[in-house]
Amino acid sequence: MIQHLIDGVLTGSYLSLGAIGLTLVMHILRFANFSHAELLSLGAYVALVCDALVSALAPFLAVKLAPLSLTGSLILAIIVSMIVTGLSALLMDRLVFKRVREKGQELSMVFASFGMALIIRNVIGLIFGLSPELYSRDIAFATILSRDPLILVKPDQVFVLIAALLLMFILHLILSRTTFGYALRAVAENATLAQVNGVNLQRTIMAVWLIGGGLAAVAGVFYGISHQLIPVMGRDLVLPIFAATIVGGIGSVYGAVLGGFIVGIAGNLALVVLPSGYTPSVPLLMILAVLMIRPHGLFGEARM
Amino acid sequence: MIGVISYLVFFATTASILAIAVLGLNLQWGNTGLFNGGVVAFFGAGAYGTLILGGTAQTGHLGGYGVIYPLALLGGMAMAGLMAWIVGLLTLRLRHDYLAIATFGVAVAFENLMRNAEWLAGGAKGVRGFERPLRAALGDGFVYNLFFFAVVLLVLIATYVFLQRLVVSPFGRLLRAIREDEEAAQSLGKNPARVRLVAFVTGSVILGLAGGLYGTFYAFVSPQDVLPTLTFQIWAMLIVGGAGNNRGAIFGAFLIWGAWTASGWALSRFAPVEVQLYTGSVQFILIGSVIVGMLMWRPQGFLPERLVVSHKGTTQTE
Repeated sequence: MIQHLIDGVLTGSYLSLGAIGLTLVMHILRFANFSHAELLSLGAYVALVCDALVSALAPFLAVKLAPLSLTGSLILAIIVSMIVTGLSALLMDRLVFKRVREKGQELSMVFASFGMALIIRNVIGLIFGLSPELYSRDIAFATILSRDPLILVKPDQVFVLIAALLLMFILHLILSRTTFGYALRAVAENATLAQVNGVNLQRTIMAVWLIGGGLAAVAGVFYGISHQLIPVMGRDLVLPIFAATIVGGIGSVYGAVLGGFIVGIAGNLALVVLPSGYTPSVPLLMILAVLMIRPHGLFGEARM
Repeated sequence: MIGVISYLVFFATTASILAIAVLGLNLQWGNTGLFNGGVVAFFGAGAYGTLILGGTAQTGHLGGYGVIYPLALLGGMAMAGLMAWIVGLLTLRLRHDYLAIATFGVAVAFENLMRNAEWLAGGAKGVRGFERPLRAALGDGFVYNLFFFAVVLLVLIATYVFLQRLVVSPFGRLLRAIREDEEAAQSLGKNPARVRLVAFVTGSVILGLAGGLYGTFYAFVSPQDVLPTLTFQIWAMLIVGGAGNNRGAIFGAFLIWGAWTASGWALSRFAPVEVQLYTGSVQFILIGSVIVGMLMWRPQGFLPERLVVSHKGTTQTE
């Protein structure tokens, strides 16, 4: 039970990171972006490539930072991947979403995002092959916190949780303390009014994609550290991330953080009562429960 | 020669069944502007419902109710409708995205449930032991397939005529009115949430009908038949054909199914053996590109919706 709870918190840390970007995009561009989970896989694979490159160029960085299985080169790779994935998200918007937005209605964007998800997922599959990849082939030994009941925690998992919380705190500072944060919230409230007040809409949209993509990259790498990298990981992540945004309320960054942890914990606690085969269905149950009890989520506001 | 003809019959049967499904989706997306992200779940509910109700008794899971075929098919359609009603009730009052996400989730959970719940529908092994109607009289061969094709074609035509009449009826106008301007429709005393629910359930029942016919055709259904792939294919058919146009929906179904079959054949024939494993990936990239490309360059599809003025007012001369 406690082990499931701990695993749930760790799952929650990468779900939250993924959900933040998704909820921002859904709030500001007003469409359910089904390709957001593919940004996680993109980020994870970019980091894999960068990690290999850095380790080859600077072998001294490829040393494990004990007790983590993490290496200096992977940390560097995460930073590079954040930038690359953020720029890719921006590029996707420029090449596809922007044009669809100008031509059609909101729901065309949802269709387009599904199409993009298919393309990205399968191009990754073509490039990297369909078999799983790992950042580190070494076995990471878990630390035993307690023998009865048996509770195991890997040092990597602690790192993932702390790093995720740190990133969320930085984002919180940006959103609540900077002019940019105010501009972002103003655009989300009322784009026209924000523009009248001198907020550059295009630049704000760009920033949303950069932040969303960057956080998605970290989430993807953390997922890869906790599990493994497979090209179809986006397919398995898309529903839990959406569930996190709905539980938290679409548009609320804090809601997305909390929603991510709730969905992560619920998914792991469900293992106590349901066979593990049913885990993929848990996010839907969460979504339906929220829609029944509190349709706009924990922190969301009613808006059509 | 008979080989070619029997293949063509097989192809046309599958394409016609898919065309029925596309017509159902067109009612939801084309006419009402509802995003169904889980087409395959309603299709699958029809298939599973029909086979379980009309099939022979199976050890270990539901079945053996001995329902006569037409009723079994209706039962499958009702299953799809019931599922749509529940999802619709929860989501149709909210932002558009909620329906998209919830239906997508329903499709994931449906496949997941069918794969795991062996007591329900055989789990990964699927539902077997379905006796195709009139098999005793017509056998298993070409004659049966030809007969089945004729039945499917009749159902397709019936669905088409039904939807065409629906579109020009006052209810069809109401659907378009809500799609175009919900508040205006509301101000005229219409209830958009209820009308959308009716359209969503009706469309899903048609999807269930297509699924039921599909299950009957193969006399077998398994979780492999309810993968998200089918949702994407049916979308692509509607987007390419032209959302809002029933003729476009049918045209798109045949075109995309032809392209899908041909690309699969070409890849298995001409691609080197070591790439064969990636045939699926290449086909997914193609279908994704078709969806994205159409939305970017021709969002109205090849046969766009024809906006009709259903009642021309007398022209005023000044």
